[in-house]
Amino acid sequence: MGLFDLFNKKKSSGDYAKDRLKLLLVSDRANCSPDIMEQIKNDIIEVISRYMEIDSSGLDIQLTQTESDGGNGTVPALYANIPIKDLKNKTKTVK
Amino acid sequence: MSDLKESKSGKEKEIEKKTDNKTEKSKDSKDKKTGLAKSNRKSEVIVITSGKGGVGKTTTTANVGTGLAKLNKKVVLIDTDIGLRNLDVVMGLENRIVYNLVDVVEGNCRYKQALIKDKTYPNLFLLPSAQTKDKTSVTPEQMKKLVEDLKKEFDYIILDCPAGIEQGFKNAIAAADRALIVTTPEVSAIRDADRIIGLLEANEIKKTDLIVNRIRMDMVKRGEMMSIEDVVEILAIDLIGAIPDDENIVISTNQGQPLVGDNSLAGRAYMNICKRVLGEEIEFLDLNDSGFFKKLSRIFKKSN
Repeated sequence: MGLFDLFNKKKSSGDYAKDRLKLLLVSDRANCSPDIMEQIKNDIIEVISRYMEIDSSGLDIQLTQTESDGGNGTVPALYANIPIKDLKNKTKTVK
Repeated sequence: MSDLKESKSGKEKEIEKKTDNKTEKSKDSKDKKTGLAKSNRKSEVIVITSGKGGVGKTTTTANVGTGLAKLNKKVVLIDTDIGLRNLDVVMGLENRIVYNLVDVVEGNCRYKQALIKDKTYPNLFLLPSAQTKDKTSVTPEQMKKLVEDLKKEFDYIILDCPAGIEQGFKNAIAAADRALIVTTPEVSAIRDADRIIGLLEANEIKKTDLIVNRIRMDMVKRGEMMSIEDVVEILAIDLIGAIPDDENIVISTNQGQPLVGDNSLAGRAYMNICKRVLGEEIEFLDLNDSGFFKKLSRIFKKSN
């Protein structure tokens, strides 16, 4: 269950509305301003960049929800898609 | 002896005069002395709110208020949307307005002078909003004070909340014991409703119930509209009723005569909500023909 499910099949508009709402309300309820999301994003770029070369312009993070491991419904989750340019830089950048 | 008595009662009169001249609060205590029945009334203050505009708050206020009056409760409806008055029109009482809410809180008149008696039900009253003032003309404290006064006389005080979350909303919820949240099965309306639910919790209004308005079962069946269950699941509050998208609502609004209690589907749905407000357990209406009611009653049991 993830974002891609939204685009996989042709969903009815009712289901589509429900999925959009669920995502929307997670970030609404978390009261996460775009400013804070931007800060989180910059911090993630900084940390990951120490170990590998990443495409910072292609980085995408968002609050979403996911099935909890305990199987008791959905829980909020931070979804991050970080495109890696070069893994080999690892040894060079870590000092 | 008789002289003594007389002088005493004379003193009492003096005191009464003094308290009369003071604040209205002292008037209240006098009322309590004189009318025991009045002060023993256990009244409930309900705010009808939604966040988003145009989802049916005013229609719901008119119908729930009229329905409770039909069920022999003494009801006052307060239009708290200052500057955009419209509950009077939905009730068909627009030609009878003399004073309004702002006049009452500013002390230009007593609340009894501003109350408009309904055309059909003598135990139903409307306190209209002002058309020419703005939302800052009333404060939450003034609303609380007014509602306290009205509690002595009415079983139900129903506040029609304006759209938005600014001053008008704060005024409307200040004195409320419970809230009915109106939403439609649309993303925008549900998002706003969720925000409102959060704000009501933060303001310690403990009892909030959901009304899903303008549901179209034909669209739900096709999967082109969120179902009542979907909305309840997303907002996670108790459902108190669902109103179908019924053209009779438009007709009744045209006539200025709430349809609650008549034979239309919406009229029956509103009447059921009124009974549930009174604490009765009423089964959910079958909004279409095919066993939908069973699913609904399941939700109701869950939420209980």
